[in-house]
Amino acid sequence: MKAFLNTVLAIFWKDLLAERRTREILGTMLVFALTVILVFVFAFDLSVDMRSKAAPGVIWVTLCFAGTISLNRSMSLEKDREGFDGLLLAPVDRTAIYFGKALVNWVFMLITAVIVVPVYALFNNINLFSTGFASVILLGTLGYILTGTLLSALSLQLRTRDMLLPVLLFPVVIPLLLSVVRASTILLQGGIQGELSTWLLLLVGYDLLFAAVGLLVFDKIIEE
Amino acid sequence: MVMSYAPIELTMGRVQKVFYFHVAASWTGMLGFLVATVAAIAYLKTGAIKWDTASLAGIEIGMVFIGLGIVSGMIWARPVWNTWWTWDPRLTTTLIMELIYAAYLLLRSGLDDPQRRARLSAVYAIVGFISVPLTFVSIRVFRTIHPVLVGSSDPTVGAFAMTPRMQAAFFSSLAAFTLLFIALYWHRYLLGLKQNEVQQKRMEIESGGEA
Repeated sequence: MKAFLNTVLAIFWKDLLAERRTREILGTMLVFALTVILVFVFAFDLSVDMRSKAAPGVIWVTLCFAGTISLNRSMSLEKDREGFDGLLLAPVDRTAIYFGKALVNWVFMLITAVIVVPVYALFNNINLFSTGFASVILLGTLGYILTGTLLSALSLQLRTRDMLLPVLLFPVVIPLLLSVVRASTILLQGGIQGELSTWLLLLVGYDLLFAAVGLLVFDKIIEE
Repeated sequence: MVMSYAPIELTMGRVQKVFYFHVAASWTGMLGFLVATVAAIAYLKTGAIKWDTASLAGIEIGMVFIGLGIVSGMIWARPVWNTWWTWDPRLTTTLIMELIYAAYLLLRSGLDDPQRRARLSAVYAIVGFISVPLTFVSIRVFRTIHPVLVGSSDPTVGAFAMTPRMQAAFFSSLAAFTLLFIALYWHRYLLGLKQNEVQQKRMEIESGGEA
């Protein structure tokens, strides 16, 4: 168990170090996320009242789009420079690779969220700070990344490469998206509190289920 | 039997007869996806390529029948609900399911190596099938917050208010579609096996030509 955790952390640090040296992924994610928010504001010409109503939807769609960048890049980075073969040669449990990659992507997505959410709040003059909303972001991005890491490892091996990731990923994460958007809406604008626990339960269930699926099938995906 | 034997429903009239095709087609489609998922799990366990063929056959036929189910449902919904489409849990889940399996077919077309294609598509078939009930549950919870849309009540509830003649027509239609499914499935499966064989032979010839 300890060796497993060490491997996960080793992969995590490796990717973090690579990102610190190149600054490829995070920068792109952030600029892209801010652009998407701008596009939303113009496309819907949101009135002041609508801005706070649309906040959960806009923020989550933005995070999902930015998430695909991180997912695609962190996997194709390995493919381009033959890093993946090295990882596979290493005498470690392959599911550790999965969790290491998922951890890195999760951290990137959280950093994006930490910047995007206050920016949205600032631009639109609404209050988005609450511990409840923060925990929904934590759980939601986790589920998204668990599924996304699995499918990006899969789409990487296609002839079409990363083009197909959104097509594969979005239909599968719809239950997750619905849960996070509804839970965020209840937390930020109030609503039936009883519903909240149902959505959180669904969210936690989704996270656990897809962590288990990843655990079971990841070595089938990268088997060479 | 549906056309002449079953009586015309009192409030909905002739269009109600779509129901016999609609329920049977949807049931057959779900059966196809279920078979495909079981075959996908079997493939990951055994690694025998015939399970991959079995999985693909289930998904292709499932997509055709669910597509028929959606279209026939729309034909019925237009006069009865007064709209082609509502965002009711069943309808939305079915649409998302079609999208997932369309993605599955795209995934297959992006891979050349048969073994790898079989492995990756089996994984996606399983992941996709798991998310379907989750989608259904989440949309159902979502909709209970809002007032229920007119006519979005469960269509199968009507099944319990059928006259004996309707029931006879309904169950024979269900049986006929299931038989049709088995026949189509079997032929698609055999065709898939033949395709594999042809591909194998071709690769043998190509490698023989080079040597």
